[in-house]
Amino acid sequence: MNQPYLLKAENISKSFPGVKALDKVNLTIEAGKVHTIIGENGAGKSTLMKILMGMLSPDEGAIIYKGDTVRFTSVNEAIKTGLSMIHQELLPFPELSIAENIFMGNEPTTRIPGWINTREMNKKATLLMNKLGAKIEVTRAMKKLSIADMQMVEIAKAISNQSEIIIMDEPTSALSNREIDILFGIIEELKKQGVAILYISHKMEEIFKISDTITVMRDGKHITTCEITEIDQQKLISLIVGREINSIFDKKETTPGEVILTVSELTGEKFKDINFNLRRGEILGIAGLMGSGRTEIVNSIYGLEKIEKGTIFINRKKVKISSPKDAIKNSIGLVSEDRKKYGLVLGSSVKHNISLSSLEKYNNGLFLNLQKENEIADTQINKLNIKTTSSDQLVNFLSGGNQQKVVIAKVLLNDADIIIFDEPTRGIDIGAKSEIYKLMTQLANEGKALILISSELPEILGLSDRVLVIREGEIKAEFSQAEATQELIMKHAMA
Amino acid sequence: MNFKNLLSSRLPAENSQSITKYFKQYGIFIAFLFICILLTIATPNFLTLQNMVMVLRQISINGILAIGVTFVIISGGIDLSLGSVVALTGVAAASFAHPGSYGLWVPLLVGLLIGLIVGTVNGLIITKGKVAAFIVTLGMMTIARGLALVVSDGRPVSNLSDSFNFIGGGEFLNIPIPILLFGAVILISSTILKYTKTGRYIYAVGGNENAAKASGINVNSIKLFTYIICSGLAGLAGIVLASRITTGQPNAGVAYELDAIAAVVIGGTSLSGGSGKIIGTVVGALIIGVINNGLDLLNITSYSQQIIKGLIIVGAVLLDRKN
Repeated sequence: MNQPYLLKAENISKSFPGVKALDKVNLTIEAGKVHTIIGENGAGKSTLMKILMGMLSPDEGAIIYKGDTVRFTSVNEAIKTGLSMIHQELLPFPELSIAENIFMGNEPTTRIPGWINTREMNKKATLLMNKLGAKIEVTRAMKKLSIADMQMVEIAKAISNQSEIIIMDEPTSALSNREIDILFGIIEELKKQGVAILYISHKMEEIFKISDTITVMRDGKHITTCEITEIDQQKLISLIVGREINSIFDKKETTPGEVILTVSELTGEKFKDINFNLRRGEILGIAGLMGSGRTEIVNSIYGLEKIEKGTIFINRKKVKISSPKDAIKNSIGLVSEDRKKYGLVLGSSVKHNISLSSLEKYNNGLFLNLQKENEIADTQINKLNIKTTSSDQLVNFLSGGNQQKVVIAKVLLNDADIIIFDEPTRGIDIGAKSEIYKLMTQLANEGKALILISSELPEILGLSDRVLVIREGEIKAEFSQAEATQELIMKHAMA
Repeated sequence: MNFKNLLSSRLPAENSQSITKYFKQYGIFIAFLFICILLTIATPNFLTLQNMVMVLRQISINGILAIGVTFVIISGGIDLSLGSVVALTGVAAASFAHPGSYGLWVPLLVGLLIGLIVGTVNGLIITKGKVAAFIVTLGMMTIARGLALVVSDGRPVSNLSDSFNFIGGGEFLNIPIPILLFGAVILISSTILKYTKTGRYIYAVGGNENAAKASGINVNSIKLFTYIICSGLAGLAGIVLASRITTGQPNAGVAYELDAIAAVVIGGTSLSGGSGKIIGTVVGALIIGVINNGLDLLNITSYSQQIIKGLIIVGAVLLDRKN
């Protein structure tokens, strides 16, 4: 290969206790191109990025930047050399202003050393933000921004560092379609200026829209690298999972049973007058943009948020739910959209997470029956195909998809009849996704009633028997499975 | 998939993991043994039965306090009021323990009850009032000390009954009562943390409060429970101390909470909550006790002792982090 390249990673290997995360991986990044890296969670993408950014050092292999071998020992060195990373979970300083966030660690000073030149800093920051087409006052506190705007600030920061390679880790996972369009516009602009983008995403549609080159990784190995024009979606998916997938949705014949949940005139801070029924054996899809109030609606049904007005009936009986404890008693389960915040105790073991909300089952009068807990945890691990070295492994060390399965295992142990899945497949790989879809269908077939919230319309369309569309906290439309199309749903969701 | 490759790459990695894991788990025990061996070599009087029993008796009060605060710290909180609660409960118990006044159960009940009440107040203000634990218990530290001084009029409460003094000074089967109490507290506490629902919930609340709540756990009552246990044990420690020095001292127990927290931290419990073990805290208390004792035996002045003790506390935790 004698192409001009910005950065070349050669034969990078990295092992962690029990896993070989990267096995002789090669990667070449060229200026002015969007290079997408795709692979299931656990394929080694994050490890590779961490090595590029100096957060981890490789066991073997070399990184060559503009012809020189480099070995970063800290993120700072990587940034100074010309690499920046925009993390999936943004890490801003919430109390500081936009300008202070952009120039953190790199503040313009006055003649007195150590004295920040605030005016200069704000001027430069405004210039940068204008360049990105964002019209926000740079003295505003970071915490008051939307996620899309925070991302803009991170990009501005990368530009201010004169980065030549910007790594974007699932940048669109929390953005609306319009915000994604703006982001893609900026990426095009950066490309023209010769910046290379290393792009990580699970969303097929946008990968084909934005990428120039694509690299597939699987099980820590480099599988292939090709131009995006040389490949189609079907082929790409089969490369990612290592097998052909015909349809990841296993559609079922449905005969919904009796009504189990009725929500009547439910009103809260972010939604009003929500009315719907949910039947046994049914999957009810709730579609809507981020911030439309859809998460708040289900959280309030689960007792995580306050209800101002309205009634919830379960099996036609009025119930009062003011805490998750009440919800669980009334046979409601929730797989939250934010698994790190509401789903898992990250520093605890897989076993302890799985049993956390059903400890009554292992109670021998006063004491826990630890042996029974072990058995049930192992059963769940097998049943949901959770990949972990043992049930004593800390959840922290599991991949996103397996963490999500731990949350689901925990919720299932409560024997809930009504299970709410809020963005159950966010940030997880295709293999785990299809397993979760299969499980949901199976639960519905067993007579459980499911609510599915998702930003991915194919998911909503593929699984739901009925779809509610939420906009600005209200139900704007309802479609049966036969009626619903992506276009119809988007039309009502976007106003 | 290449199976051979997979196996050969996994095995050595797992071995090295188990060695680090071993050090992580037992590092503090090794440090403790190391200190003991050093002291055995340095002084002839260290490794004698008599001296060992003395060390155990000396650490039993700090040990009981440290176990109490372990509950609070695992749940993600902190309690700074322990030393003052020791003084308050000691003085209160002593006031009901004069010869020929009440039966022995009265001072015991008074001491424990006051401890439990203080813990309930701390816990309710922290959970219902949503005030930071650091602030609430800092306030309680001053309030309880003030109450101890008011109740006793600033004077030691002495002339206590023999039966009361037996708790701190007596023996059963040749074992001093404070050591027996300490042992019972260790057993019961470890059992609660490891084998009961409440214990498991304490870890969950300290590890991730939101997830604990979403899992149907009543977070507030778990927190309240830890503060009640903590102050209740401080009440027990207060009784033992008053009985051992045969006086209710309103000025006793100053900075005891810091020794207790030091024992917890040396024992490997993270101040950010969610992890920790009683046995670690016990070894932490033992390390502090052995150091105090050893430095005494080596005739090092109490002024220098403080410096050495501080260095060893920070050093022990530093070593633990390295591992």
